Amino acid sequence: MKLFGEKAVRRILMVTAFSALSGLLLIALFILNEGLPFIFKYGIKEFLFSSDWYPHLGKFGIYPMIVASLWVTLGAMIVGAPLGVFGAIFLSEYTPRPVMKIIKPTIELLAAIPSVVYGFIGVMVLAPIIRANFGGPGLSLLAASIILGIMILPTVISISIDSILAVPQSYREGSYALGATTWQTTHMVTIKASKSGIIASIILGLGRAIGETMAVIMVAGNSVNIPNTPLDSVRTLTANIALEMSYATGMHRQALFATGVVLLIVIIILNSLASVAIRKRMVKR
Amino acid sequence: MESKIFAPLKMEISNVDLFYGKFQALKSVNMAVQQNIITALIGPSGCGKSTLLRALNRMNDLIPGVKITGKILLDQTDIYKSGMAVTELRTRVGMVFQRPNPFPLSIYDNVAYGLRVAGITGKKELNEIVEKSLVGAWLWDQVKDKLNRSALDLPLDQQQRLCVARLLTIQPEVILMDEPCSSLDPIATMKIEELMIELKKNYTIVIVTHNMQQASRVSDYTGYMLLGEMIEFNDTKTLFTRPSKQLTEDYISGKYG
Repeated sequence: MKLFGEKAVRRILMVTAFSALSGLLLIALFILNEGLPFIFKYGIKEFLFSSDWYPHLGKFGIYPMIVASLWVTLGAMIVGAPLGVFGAIFLSEYTPRPVMKIIKPTIELLAAIPSVVYGFIGVMVLAPIIRANFGGPGLSLLAASIILGIMILPTVISISIDSILAVPQSYREGSYALGATTWQTTHMVTIKASKSGIIASIILGLGRAIGETMAVIMVAGNSVNIPNTPLDSVRTLTANIALEMSYATGMHRQALFATGVVLLIVIIILNSLASVAIRKRMVKR
Repeated sequence: MESKIFAPLKMEISNVDLFYGKFQALKSVNMAVQQNIITALIGPSGCGKSTLLRALNRMNDLIPGVKITGKILLDQTDIYKSGMAVTELRTRVGMVFQRPNPFPLSIYDNVAYGLRVAGITGKKELNEIVEKSLVGAWLWDQVKDKLNRSALDLPLDQQQRLCVARLLTIQPEVILMDEPCSSLDPIATMKIEELMIELKKNYTIVIVTHNMQQASRVSDYTGYMLLGEMIEFNDTKTLFTRPSKQLTEDYISGKYG
């Protein structure tokens, strides 16, 4: 009877584990199945590098959206990576442990705020400030970068702190014992030893930024447009899918799935890079 | 006829109490460290010998909740006085740790570390001091062709001598060694012990060791500690041959510890 119970538990656990995996697999297959034929039919080059997105005329060039996604992600990194990494350094090396143990989960709570709330704050607070101070429509590449930069903070800070704290204390002691200050120890030893983890945290943050949809739709302005300045309105790949899927049919619908394929590939690449960086760190230990 | 040695006093520890929170790790400890002499601290684990050692260059400052009272003088200056520059103190009183702890950098960058920390960046000057220190730690011949390789690839005993070389670059006056041989095999241990005796000519050394034979082989003075107290402090020969306290005798004859 006991043995039977053991076997049953094993089965049940296996089924649950596979349901997550098969969910992922099904989604990936579905998107590829809907999107890939379109890409080949329409032409990869034409699809990726043409700026003409006129679905009613049968023109499906997503180049402006690719550029917008890259800019928004880069902008988010410029805003979020330094804030996140330096914040992590401050919390791990300059803050008493008990205080850090309160602040870190609080920052992680940022990740639990629904993205529509970030978007709402962007629309109500950030966009008017940008409009008043820098001109332009306010809903812009800049607004999206700032909002996304804040949204990736918990990812960057949390993973960076973990990797900085994983640096053996003996390295720090060795450095202090040679007369180094805290900052010398931090930038000459600790950060070097935790570099791959910090890089991984930024890459995972990028993955989050490039995939974010709701907040971006609300603050980026959404015109299909290759931006000339950060104040221009842009439409990202994710926004494009979300905005048009409700009324898309036929080729148009397939084009949106193909956009999803592009996103999927980008995110797979980013996540692989992050896991390579993390694995490299483990091998080094 | 004890060969009592009376060198000038380098460090003086008087009435030192040290607390980790509520736990008292050192109880009214007194000790004198003479110049160009190897002073050993022995005693069973948890007796406070490492704590005492780490009090001498204020490494205990890194542990939250440590409180220390009493006086520790380096050349007649209290190292715990307010306004003491701790980073400067640590360049004068350097430390070699129990487990070799080279940084995850190249051999060269490890040795040059203390110099760079001190703001020395001249390529020629760095090269010169790095070589001299590696020679001084008897490591130059083994590593001169692979200075750009990671220090973590060296065998443990070479890593430990690298840590000594790293320390020699900044010309400390006192070298603290916290069980420097505990992770080494007997032959590597012997090399480190010979190195210590060589270094004694120019440096004052305080070593913590688990190993009584090691203390008797290398040290001139020995302190025996138990439960945070300095039970007996005397020249090594006397302490090991005619200890004045029963507790010391029991320990060195192997009754406990």
